[in-house]
Amino acid sequence: MENINRKLKVRVWRGTQGDGTFSTYEVPAQESQTILDVVTWIQQYAEPTLAYRFACRVGMCGSCAMNVNGIPRWTCRTHVQKVLEDGELEIAPLRNLPVVKDLVTDMSEFFDKWVGAEGRFHPSATRDDEIAAISPADPKRANANAAIECINCAVCYSACDTIAQNPAYFGPAALNRAWTLQNDERDTAFKSRLETISGRGGCTNCHSHQSCMTYCPNELNPTESIAGLKRMTTRSFLFGGR
Amino acid sequence: MMRYRKGDDLRIASLIHRFSGVVLAVFLPVHFYVLGLALSDAAQLDGFLKWTDLAIVKIAEAGLVLLLALHMFGGLRLLAIEFLPWSPRQKTFAAAAIAISFFVSASFFLSAV
Repeated sequence: MENINRKLKVRVWRGTQGDGTFSTYEVPAQESQTILDVVTWIQQYAEPTLAYRFACRVGMCGSCAMNVNGIPRWTCRTHVQKVLEDGELEIAPLRNLPVVKDLVTDMSEFFDKWVGAEGRFHPSATRDDEIAAISPADPKRANANAAIECINCAVCYSACDTIAQNPAYFGPAALNRAWTLQNDERDTAFKSRLETISGRGGCTNCHSHQSCMTYCPNELNPTESIAGLKRMTTRSFLFGGR
Repeated sequence: MMRYRKGDDLRIASLIHRFSGVVLAVFLPVHFYVLGLALSDAAQLDGFLKWTDLAIVKIAEAGLVLLLALHMFGGLRLLAIEFLPWSPRQKTFAAAAIAISFFVSASFFLSAV
């Protein structure tokens, strides 16, 4: 505990979207402390009414993302020492989503868009059929595998400048999910999904700023997935079919 | 106010592409009008071409060449993102597009003066 007597100066957003302000707290610094630890300390010892969201604490559930010093991060796996600026932290709710209270955003629109971009799997077989044999070396399966580990934390959604300017845009997570399904041999909705993701709010809205790729905590590359969807859209427009 | 990350390199590259495109779109009708003078009013065209000998106009022309090059190489960068296999060197490509554009524009300016 080398930092036992040191205090962190932490500014935390209190209030709702348009009506709120930052409150400042002094939090004891500890070794290997995460941002989620800091927020939890504040709620436990300084501000019991502070609202925030978390569940697994190990980077699997995707529920604890917040803006830390202006950058969207998964707070449970973000070490304070790596993001501290002059001994200070600013913790705010994610951008591009309505704020319910304090650090909690309303994720409805994020998941609605996920469903809107045909993020559902449409199976071609029932549980009574044989399991489809798909080689891991198959190029389409490799495409899907590269993008499949999304935990829906909405860090990319918050980082995306296109959504900030165009609220109709599905966003990186929804399109990344659509890309995995478009590469899934067992899925039957290729054509209808392509119609959806090449239409209003679809992949062609992406300006390739690549913030989604830069900040994805799982190091996925939604920009590459969206570029793949753009290629699919162009191929379909020029040649039709799959 | 909550502050959010700003000024990512590739966002700036995108803004440069958009800005250069808008300015070129405004410039093109004027360009075609002047070209059209060759057919409709040769004397007026000659008068205009004399005006282009001014240093300030040459500098402005170099600026236009810069915008044209930025838009072209920036556009090639976007086409590479969307139609070629993914490359991790995205910031290098953006920097190269801008550097080549300045080289083209400076070369134009040096040959014009």
